[in-house]
Amino acid sequence: MTAEIGHFALILALLVAVVQATVPLIGAHKGRQAWMAVARPAAITQFGLLAVAFGCLMQLYITSDFSVLNVVMNSHTDKPLLYKIAGVWGNHEGSLLLWVLILSLFGSAVAVFGANLPPGLRARALAVQAMIAVGFYLFMLLTSNPFERVFPVPINGRDLNPLLQDPGLAIHPPMLYLGYVGFSMAFSFAIAALIEGRVDAAWARWVRPWTLAAWCFLTGGIALGSWWAYYELGWGGWWFWDPVENASFMPWLAGTALLHSSTVVEKRDTLKGWTILLAIIAFSLSLLGTFLVRSGVLTSVHAFATDPARGVFILGLLIVVIGGSLALFAWRGPALVSTGLFKPVSREGALLFNNLVLATAAAAVLLGTLYPLLLDAIGGGKVSVGPPFFNTVFIPLMIPMIIAMAIGPILSWKRADLMTAVNKLWLALLAALVAMAVVSVLRSEGPLLGIIGIGLAAWLGAGTLIELTGRIRLFRAPLGESLGRLRGMPRAAWGMTLGHLGLAIAIAGMTGAGAWKVESIQSMKPGETVQVAGYDFAFEGVKSSQGPNYSIVEGTFNVTQNGKPVVTLNAEKRVYNVSSRPTTEAGIHTMFTGDLYAVIGDEEDNGGYVTRLYFNPLVVWMWAGVLLMMFAGTLSLTDRRHRVGAPKKHQPSAATAPAGA
Amino acid sequence: MQSRFLYILPVLVFLVMAIYFAVGLTKDPKILPSALIDKPVPEFSLPAIEGGYGKGFTSEDLKKGKVSVLNVFASWCIPCRAEHPFITRLAEMKIAPVYGLNYKDKAAEALRWLKELGDPYFAIGADTKGRVGIDWGVYGVPETFIIDGRGKIRYKHVGPLNQEALDEKILPVIRKLSK
Repeated sequence: MTAEIGHFALILALLVAVVQATVPLIGAHKGRQAWMAVARPAAITQFGLLAVAFGCLMQLYITSDFSVLNVVMNSHTDKPLLYKIAGVWGNHEGSLLLWVLILSLFGSAVAVFGANLPPGLRARALAVQAMIAVGFYLFMLLTSNPFERVFPVPINGRDLNPLLQDPGLAIHPPMLYLGYVGFSMAFSFAIAALIEGRVDAAWARWVRPWTLAAWCFLTGGIALGSWWAYYELGWGGWWFWDPVENASFMPWLAGTALLHSSTVVEKRDTLKGWTILLAIIAFSLSLLGTFLVRSGVLTSVHAFATDPARGVFILGLLIVVIGGSLALFAWRGPALVSTGLFKPVSREGALLFNNLVLATAAAAVLLGTLYPLLLDAIGGGKVSVGPPFFNTVFIPLMIPMIIAMAIGPILSWKRADLMTAVNKLWLALLAALVAMAVVSVLRSEGPLLGIIGIGLAAWLGAGTLIELTGRIRLFRAPLGESLGRLRGMPRAAWGMTLGHLGLAIAIAGMTGAGAWKVESIQSMKPGETVQVAGYDFAFEGVKSSQGPNYSIVEGTFNVTQNGKPVVTLNAEKRVYNVSSRPTTEAGIHTMFTGDLYAVIGDEEDNGGYVTRLYFNPLVVWMWAGVLLMMFAGTLSLTDRRHRVGAPKKHQPSAATAPAGA
Repeated sequence: MQSRFLYILPVLVFLVMAIYFAVGLTKDPKILPSALIDKPVPEFSLPAIEGGYGKGFTSEDLKKGKVSVLNVFASWCIPCRAEHPFITRLAEMKIAPVYGLNYKDKAAEALRWLKELGDPYFAIGADTKGRVGIDWGVYGVPETFIIDGRGKIRYKHVGPLNQEALDEKILPVIRKLSK
């Protein structure tokens, strides 16, 4: 019965979405208030129906109802409750249901909090949202129904892929989807603006919080996925340029560009066409990510559904949504007139430069991800381009951008003098040179790129702080005045400062972990000691035990440095009972200078174990930097200007509530 | 005029991409490159599953002038369970002996699996450590190879067999090679 209720709710949601996609649009065109007013209740109803459908599927998982195919394929009675719940979205059908749930959540948020939007813009944006929803509902109902029954009813389920039974991965997909789907808001507003033929500061101010919220979630989602890969896959790495990782990284790059260009639209009334295009691209890349992961056109370790029939449907959806919106852009885009003029050397110019680099980077990642597909299509056979391609293309692109990142915020709008700006940054240059000198002495045998990376991090960090001191007139005005200015700084400005600082810290971490990683793979018998990066790993032996639905082989390493004890690391290898599949849980000790990382592998014939021991420098900097970036985004989201004009009753959280709900 | 073109450019780029996607979709994602196609089978000698029956098989068994099939399976592999009826169907046709390569499996579990589902194989070799699997370029389990009478690998199927794969790929290749 529960399954049927869920299925029925999904069908009803489709019908409501069809109404929401058409009636308000016609109403907005003909200027009929009553027709336009349909959009708000429809959007809220859609969310209600989706919440019912999602609740039903969750209920089926929690009660282990094995008459439902989706539950059979992905759950098991012995599974801990957390993973029964996470199992809802740990598979193709369920993850799509989560996707549309979030889409309807954003839609209803516009309906509830969008009281101060122009009615036409609101009606059109909600109609566009509903069109996307119609596509996804049809996709689910026709090819991927999560409520499909199975007969005869199996006694037990097949369990969730053990790699996915992990707390990090339980919340990773919802975070990522909040990011992906969040860009649908920017997209809907962009399409609505194209239809209306008007983009102004108010429009940019409306789109910005959605983009910011989506960006924060996507940043968090990518970081969680990366963190999961780091401790769960047991390879000591945190980014593999895997197609699925790229699928989330491309919208992030485009979204970051959008975040910056929408500021220009808001403040300077220029770059309009470009901003609209970025909004379309950011969401298109999110859709493409879904397509790449779900359709099976690319083989990947992460993919959990490969079915060409679904692929055809998603391709059709992509052509309609992306092709349609780009065609609309080609038709209506030239009508968007930008009034703000600017010189190449100016804040606008720097932001445009950042945009072009980010867009090029996204295009490069797209090319590298799709290249195997392209080659296959022209008959070149299946290949995959690995990290070498991405590293040689991506890193050189990022270097000039990071150099410009410190300069841009110091430039004034419209027209600026480069020399004045550079003069202000002599201290940052000095910091970078000192950092590079120190690193090249400490790590003389490391790659040149490591030294450059640390130099860039120091440059960006120092440059950002110099901008902050200039803003509050530190040392040039009395301290009291400076502190007053510091307190009075808008939260959006804090967002920029902290976001850039976060990136500087993260770059230092990525450089450290990439350039100076020390790894050692060997067979060890209990009692043996191996030295890695000055740390002695003494292998104490293994013991076996039982987890809730897996058995554990746990290896213990006593780590010492110069005879002084540092830590005891426990590295686990788990074998899941139902699928008999092994997973690794790396033993990790995090220190300011780096992570000690131990993985235990298979037992050898001679009684030894394969062990992999790593020293991963500065990894914690990377996570800290990303967290700071997320915090900066959230802070910027609470900026006063996003609330100005909102009705009093929604005042405290007009911009944040939809994202946090 | 020039700026008008800039606005049209994105949709053109996307259309080209869409064409590539459409072509890409017609290709089977399961066909992975195998450097071993048309190469002789690697030399190996596999014992029977410990505590089981039969006496395993060696690369020599695959060079006896008859087309043969090698199926890589394991009791821990869920798709193998799904493909098992089709392996059985193929074996019952008796058009080519089906050898089973039991990949990285525990003897007791493999035997329980075979007892539960039935043993369709002409002979089974136990590759407990997966060393022979590496020589064969095994990418994931299950995989199925077709070997011609002279011991050359002529076809590789990645992933579980189903009726469609059997009818449209495996059987035609066996028939062609048997001529």
